[in-house]
Amino acid sequence: MSAFPHRHLLGIHDLSPFDIRAVLDLAEDYARLNQSPEKHADALRGLTQINLFFENSTRTQASFEIAGKRLGADVMNMNVGTSSVRKGETLLDTAATLNAMRPDLLVVRHHHSGAVALLSEKVNCAVLNAGDGRHEHPTQALLDALTIRRHKGRIQKLTIAICGDIANSRVARSNMLCLGKMENRVRVIAPPTLLPAGIDRFGVEVFTEMEEGLRDCDVVMMLRIQTERLEGQAVPSTREYFHRYGLTEEKLALAKPDAIVMHPGPMNRGVEIEAGVADSARSVIREQVEMGVAVRMAAMDLLARNLRAERAA
Amino acid sequence: MSLTFVNARLIDPATGQDGPGALRVVDGVIADVAFGHAPLPGEGEVVDCEGKVLAPGIVDMRVFVGEPGARHRESYRSAGAAAAAGGVTTFVAQPDTNPPLDDPALVQFALARAREAAPVRVHAMGALTKGLRGVDMTEQRFLLDAGAIALTDADNAIESAKVMRAVMLYATSTGALIVHHPQEPTLARGTCATSGEFASRLGLPSVGPVAERVALARDLMLAQNTGARYHADIVTTATALDALARAKDLGVRATAGVSIHHLTLNEFDIADYRSFFKFDPPLRAENDRQAAVEAVAAGLIDVIVSSHQPWDEEAKRLPFEEAAPGAVGLETFLPACLRLVHGGAMTMAQLFRAASLRPSEILGLPSGRLARGAPADLVLFDPNAPFLLDRETLRSKSKNTPFDRQRMEGRVIGTWVAGARVFGGADAA
Repeated sequence: MSAFPHRHLLGIHDLSPFDIRAVLDLAEDYARLNQSPEKHADALRGLTQINLFFENSTRTQASFEIAGKRLGADVMNMNVGTSSVRKGETLLDTAATLNAMRPDLLVVRHHHSGAVALLSEKVNCAVLNAGDGRHEHPTQALLDALTIRRHKGRIQKLTIAICGDIANSRVARSNMLCLGKMENRVRVIAPPTLLPAGIDRFGVEVFTEMEEGLRDCDVVMMLRIQTERLEGQAVPSTREYFHRYGLTEEKLALAKPDAIVMHPGPMNRGVEIEAGVADSARSVIREQVEMGVAVRMAAMDLLARNLRAERAA
Repeated sequence: MSLTFVNARLIDPATGQDGPGALRVVDGVIADVAFGHAPLPGEGEVVDCEGKVLAPGIVDMRVFVGEPGARHRESYRSAGAAAAAGGVTTFVAQPDTNPPLDDPALVQFALARAREAAPVRVHAMGALTKGLRGVDMTEQRFLLDAGAIALTDADNAIESAKVMRAVMLYATSTGALIVHHPQEPTLARGTCATSGEFASRLGLPSVGPVAERVALARDLMLAQNTGARYHADIVTTATALDALARAKDLGVRATAGVSIHHLTLNEFDIADYRSFFKFDPPLRAENDRQAAVEAVAAGLIDVIVSSHQPWDEEAKRLPFEEAAPGAVGLETFLPACLRLVHGGAMTMAQLFRAASLRPSEILGLPSGRLARGAPADLVLFDPNAPFLLDRETLRSKSKNTPFDRQRMEGRVIGTWVAGARVFGGADAA
């Protein structure tokens, strides 16, 4: 029995608390490796990793690329979002084309929910979801969990507030699932226009006033808000949003004195977070980026082990 | 020419009668109906129904046929064959073809193609606005003269209340029945699921029942204000049904339909983004589905439609948000609805009131009843015959049904249009 009994990593939804721990524990090792001068292992040697991004992303793609290279994989990036390949070719055509090149690991980001799972049914390799629509972004939730665990010494029985565009955020969904599975008290903070329908049934506490939601939190997780939603569609203006939901020193003072501040990036300083808070000693935002590489190394390593075992069988 | 059905279980939705009897057809018209076991004078051809159900053929008010413009999805020949096999003796083609049926010549073209190729009766609706764009009204008088049976913009809801009021007001002088898809477009645009916990967990852009309520309430007020005859093509939520009930009580000339899929499936059937379960409006919460079923049984919802929407494989093999909405339904109409009868939600007579009688009345057709003088448009079926649906066996050119691989009950034994057999018998599948 594998320590991580999954062919793909499509979402936190499919993982057990045990699976999550397995990823975090291995990622901890890779975090140490990444801080050493060598930074190389060979868990993915001989394997081909394709990063297939239908939606532009610099950070996540770079993180997966570095993770693959450090483990010895042959890494190729395909930006379908900007490529003319996109024109007229369907998702499944692209999947079939890539599958014929016999990749071992396929890292996929797509702008529509469920698209990565659909693609995973049509290929013979391990698929990692690097974000699908508003649905899931599992490696982000795992890297957040690892960052929290490193600072708090545990990833359970913590009070964690997620603040921002909950309705449209896959990061929020994966984090609600992951932190909930690990038995934390999860709060979401947003104006009603940025809360998804049925949020009262997600097993989280819902706040529309930031001050109330932040009280006594161990972790404050800020989300990026897309600018078009700040121009009257969901929120009247950037300045009113910052006034009510932007994280400032004063508001952060309501959380526990040792509370940490997180953000999946990219940040809009002065919109959802004050520059001083983002750069303060309590901010672990840069460490999240560092842990991102470690978590992706761990996730790909675990899936590759299963792939090799399957092929040997 | 005489044809006599004996040993039948007759269903007459006009009188609510459901019982054993015999029926005689002379020259394509029902000449005699005898409930009970009294034998009819036997001459000409005799069909022994062996106790199976003989009912007025289904009149399906909402069918997409791809002529002109999308014959690879469905032609009048394939739709006609599917209808005959499904016990549908009359169907009404929607005008959202390419080009749309917004011109009298196009309506005539579609009807001529149907006459050549379809073995069942076919009518067509004309467009309500030019190009289905919701801006300029079409030539109602010319469209009706060309044979359009009603006017609609099909799946396109008219956003402007001013345009809607104008087409309704003008229709009071042409007598046109105005059929509309009541989904408030500014709320519904870009969504593909019903809002709630399930859609939120899937991360699908969603819309609540309020979009249907807002659109229907506006339409009903405009119908009251203008006096037009109005039909809401698909109503699926309890909140919209409240508005409909109130309007009917006030005497507004309004009727409504619902699709077989909204009566038998709910939002959870989407499961893992299964695009064959994508509909417009989206599948609803279970309490709304039940409200719609009860409304059909009570007669508040007048009509059941297949909302037959054929799509090729390419249109469905896409991420859920990109996939085309809708499913084929002509051949699954009867077995889908029989689930409701078998489940005790409605009687056979109530089913055929919504499937045959009320659509005929709304469209001004003489069909839909087992009465002397009515056209002999009939379906003979075994309501209990079980089968496993295999979508590849469907006669439609497109195979997009959500009922694939599902256990169903109800097999059509024969279909007759004007007394002529169009399905079943020696060549039965």
